[in-house]
Amino acid sequence: MNTEASTLKDLDAVRSMIKRHKLNDYIFGAVGLSFIMLILLTLLVLFIDLIIDGYPKLMSWDFFTSFPSRRAASAGLLSALVGSALVMIITFVSAVPMGVAAAIYLEEYAKKNWLSEVIEVNVTNLAAVPSIIYGLLALGLFVYILDFGTSILTAGLTLGLLILPVVIVATREAIRGIPVAIREAAYAVGATKWQVVSQHVVRYATGGILTGVIIGMARAIGETAPVITIGALTFIAFLPPSPVTTSAPFLNFDWLWSGFTVLPIQMFSWLSRPGADFHVNAAAAGAVIIVVTLLMNGIAIRMRYNIRKKIKWQ
Amino acid sequence: MEIQISDRLAKKFRRNLIERGIEFLLLLAAMSAVFTTIAIVCILLYESYTFFEHVSLRDFLTDTQWTPLFADAHYGIMPLVSGTVTTAAIALAFAIPVGTIGAIYLSEFASHRVRETVKPILELLEGVPTIVFGYFALLLVTPLLQKLIPGLPTFNMLGPGIVIGIMVIPYIASVSEDAMRAVPMSMREGSYAMGATRFQTAIRVVTPAAISGIIAAYILAISRAVGETMVVAIAAGQQPNLTFNPMDSAATITAYIVQVAMGDLPHGSIGYQSIFAAGLVLMLMTLFFNLLGHFTRKKFREAY
Repeated sequence: MNTEASTLKDLDAVRSMIKRHKLNDYIFGAVGLSFIMLILLTLLVLFIDLIIDGYPKLMSWDFFTSFPSRRAASAGLLSALVGSALVMIITFVSAVPMGVAAAIYLEEYAKKNWLSEVIEVNVTNLAAVPSIIYGLLALGLFVYILDFGTSILTAGLTLGLLILPVVIVATREAIRGIPVAIREAAYAVGATKWQVVSQHVVRYATGGILTGVIIGMARAIGETAPVITIGALTFIAFLPPSPVTTSAPFLNFDWLWSGFTVLPIQMFSWLSRPGADFHVNAAAAGAVIIVVTLLMNGIAIRMRYNIRKKIKWQ
Repeated sequence: MEIQISDRLAKKFRRNLIERGIEFLLLLAAMSAVFTTIAIVCILLYESYTFFEHVSLRDFLTDTQWTPLFADAHYGIMPLVSGTVTTAAIALAFAIPVGTIGAIYLSEFASHRVRETVKPILELLEGVPTIVFGYFALLLVTPLLQKLIPGLPTFNMLGPGIVIGIMVIPYIASVSEDAMRAVPMSMREGSYAMGATRFQTAIRVVTPAAISGIIAAYILAISRAVGETMVVAIAAGQQPNLTFNPMDSAATITAYIVQVAMGDLPHGSIGYQSIFAAGLVLMLMTLFFNLLGHFTRKKFREAY
């Protein structure tokens, strides 16, 4: 009788413990979900607010086709849009071939020795260097030692160095995903190492490489600090010389040396002025930057997702 | 017959030569990472060296004022360091708990569908440019805080700190979640088989097993918060101020560099050199955290 009662008591204790633990589970699940939702909602509210603030400007075509001005009402984004596009050309040309080549070397050619170890450590470390440090490098090296001045070339090269680790890491990951069998098949029919790499490995890894390139370029478009550091925060109400001319040789490289402004710099300059009317312009510029970068990142993440899901080699 | 052989040998020779050439070019490209690091270190050291010819290291480390652009110039880095540390500390006090709980939820509690929806969004948010967060800090978060805390100045460290926190949460959550996902299923199953609940499994089995990845995420987040520039340059003020009070306005190392770069300082002046000295300190701080992250990952890495 006595033992039966104590067994029942024990059973009750166990049951209440299970209940308590289940409650803990439930509470933690609820807290976790609400934290995640809270963060996502906060960011959503912030983005929506930005678009609402900039709405009057975003709806007028003039905003995209006029130069910055001392009057907030007539100030526009034209020189910043053109500047961003031209800087991105240089960034792309400097970072992508170099980054892809570096990744190919590290994945396909490098022997396991101290040199490849040093290169790897450097790539990881560069990815974590604050962007403003790249600005200081560019200020000392490009602006003064190489005497490129505060030009589109300097900005493009700076951002190129900045996204180099991004391109290298993404390319390596893409190359690593190509199975050895592909390489062996190519070697078996007599291809040289470079033929294997360039005609097979890199070709099959193109999707993965492209995602890295897009994410890197999106980062470069939004990057502000290094571009300010090279001294680019100036009033630019002109366009650089056109890269394409109507007469032979049809190409003109004077734009490389031209002064410029880019989207985030323009936003910063509007934001740092007192007075709410310029803040509307800043919000509109911010909305443009967000839409461009989110779109690029979205495409890249989507692509990566599809690549991971669809292509299964084995 | 003989001609044929030598012809083939010549072809093979040429082919090998081209292959060697290409390998060399690829090596050069890979070395660009090393050259960049060397260039950064050289530029920072070179300009700082001339700076330290004017300013003694003792003043640099002990003076409580940083006013290189004033007539009465003081070169004490501590006010900038205090600003940097305070904003980063606010950011992490906010981001680490929220990010970690979010990661545990996503990895151990969330349904497949929730995880597959939230994870890409987090990755997407990592790509939002920091200048936009500067806008939020100045024009949304600070005005809101001013309503809650009367007397809060327009430029303060609390607002930017919180915004940097919001900025690094997706990063912490996403990287920690990756680390927890990498813990093998058999460990969870073992725990469940012993009668543990989800919460117990998450806290006592999965989190300790993934701790190296989680700590690495924290440390990289610290490094990001310390190096963050635009948010503080816009919303924390430009006045170097030796204080750890979040309500005060203060300049960080990064904000000071931006402030000087916006002006028109002549090349070679002491003001110009001072941003490289400040940059060197920033670089050393982030390098410390990066190395710490590297070794934590190595030391605590558990192989399954």
